[in-house]
Amino acid sequence: MLFRGTATFAGSMVLIIIAAIAVFLVVKAIPAFQDDTENFFTFKEWFTDGDTPRFGIAATAFGTVLTAALALLIAVPVALGIALCLSHYAHRRVATTLSFIIDLLAAVPSVVFGLWGRDYFYEPVTNLSKWLHDTVGWLPIFGSEGPYGKSVLLGSIVLAIMILPIVTSLSREVFLQTPRENQEAALALGSTKWEMIRTAVIPYGKAGIIASVMLGLGRALGETIALALTLGSVFAINWDFLGPGGITIASNIANRFGEADEFGRSALIASGLVLFAITLVVNMAARAIVYRRREFVGSA
Amino acid sequence: MAKRIEAHGVTSYYGSFKAIDSVSMTIEPKSVTALIGPSGCGKSTFLRSINRMHEVLPNARIEGQLLIDGQNIYDRDVDVTAVRRMIGMVFQRPNPFPTMSIFDNVVAGLRLNGVRKKSVLEEIAEKALRSANLWNEVKDRLGRPGAGLSGGQQQRLCIARAIAVEPQVVLMDEPCSALDPISTLAIEDLITELKNQYTIVIVTHNMQQAARVSDRTGFFSIEKTGDPGRLIEYDDTAKIFTNPSVKKTEDYITGRFG
Repeated sequence: MLFRGTATFAGSMVLIIIAAIAVFLVVKAIPAFQDDTENFFTFKEWFTDGDTPRFGIAATAFGTVLTAALALLIAVPVALGIALCLSHYAHRRVATTLSFIIDLLAAVPSVVFGLWGRDYFYEPVTNLSKWLHDTVGWLPIFGSEGPYGKSVLLGSIVLAIMILPIVTSLSREVFLQTPRENQEAALALGSTKWEMIRTAVIPYGKAGIIASVMLGLGRALGETIALALTLGSVFAINWDFLGPGGITIASNIANRFGEADEFGRSALIASGLVLFAITLVVNMAARAIVYRRREFVGSA
Repeated sequence: MAKRIEAHGVTSYYGSFKAIDSVSMTIEPKSVTALIGPSGCGKSTFLRSINRMHEVLPNARIEGQLLIDGQNIYDRDVDVTAVRRMIGMVFQRPNPFPTMSIFDNVVAGLRLNGVRKKSVLEEIAEKALRSANLWNEVKDRLGRPGAGLSGGQQQRLCIARAIAVEPQVVLMDEPCSALDPISTLAIEDLITELKNQYTIVIVTHNMQQAARVSDRTGFFSIEKTGDPGRLIEYDDTAKIFTNPSVKKTEDYITGRFG
């Protein structure tokens, strides 16, 4: 009885908190929606001062999704590779030590990542950008003539490094949970180790992998400081990865909130509401993917 | 296609622990051989030595020779995956792949061998499921998850999965220990049918089962905990259960120990 009460209370608290956040965001955002002289969802720029405020979420929302998606694209294959190495290939003692270090990496504050990434990767990313432009410049995403450096690419790489530990650490746990019987079944059929991993380990962990990727995506979408430090803050929608550009909802809020007046803050909160909606949709989509395969699911 | 198995002085270790000591026996093609004995006597370890699954465990190693039709499977140039393709295995607990449908489970081994053509897969899946006496029960729901079947059906699914790749030998490690009597009977009938095509080696704790299904029986035992398991007696099943030559075998089958 006591447990049931506690569980119900804790469960409903989660819903209440989410609802409270949503209500707060909506209430604070209403003045901004009312006085915006442009379409909030399609306008790209952000001018909240003066008598005719003109601002919209389009560029920042696009930048948020673009940098997060690119970061996932870079981080997930690497993270899954590391996780499999640790769970199935490395010697146990090496694996334990490395896992510990990776968990430590997950605890590094994002501002440190941002500063480090900006200093450390600026040069390499500039060179990489030049090279990409020279070799595959006919692709629009690599079409920029420069200046290179602070770009979507740099931001995404730093973001990828930030989400790498969490995705690695969670998917390693998932891989380790594959039942011994299933792995032996695959081996006894004459599979190589890699075939066994493809037959038994990865399918079994699919739901867990999706969950870990979604957590990584959640972190990437909401990341603020690291991107404020590494992106070029250009309010535009283009698929240019190399040139100066990129802005995200969170980094825009971080850049402006301090100096914004009452109305400016309301506008920024309105953009926060959109971010909230995006993460909610992403999480629900992930849930749906996991749920759809529930009959076949090993861990979920 | 069934093959003869010859073990010469097979000795298995887990790290420094010697699990079985110098087991030698010859298993004839198209026969059922039962391995019996008390817990910890090394019968499962020996079984897993036949398809090189023993070495999957950390620090496990093996000495001696194990010949399948004259070829030592522990030779340096032998491909371990080829050995395991030739020798199917059914485990103690039914272990269908939980993420796969019934159909995908049966053809998992074929897909590993690179068979992609749907018509071929379907044909072999039906044949294997029929051989495993499971076809009539699952033919209308091949796309459903394998893990949704009953325990006995799951075990027959695992047998279908093992024989779908047409192995030479089928190893069964206490295949009925997790099943109810009716499912056990179904599996035993199946073993008798499969004998016409395959060499079967079955580890069992159930002596009636050994007496019912096997042609030959090997009795393993240990002196005391920590000692390696040894093959005490190996003979025709009828002889082992009626007139064993070794006192220890008699004590075990009459229920005086173990």
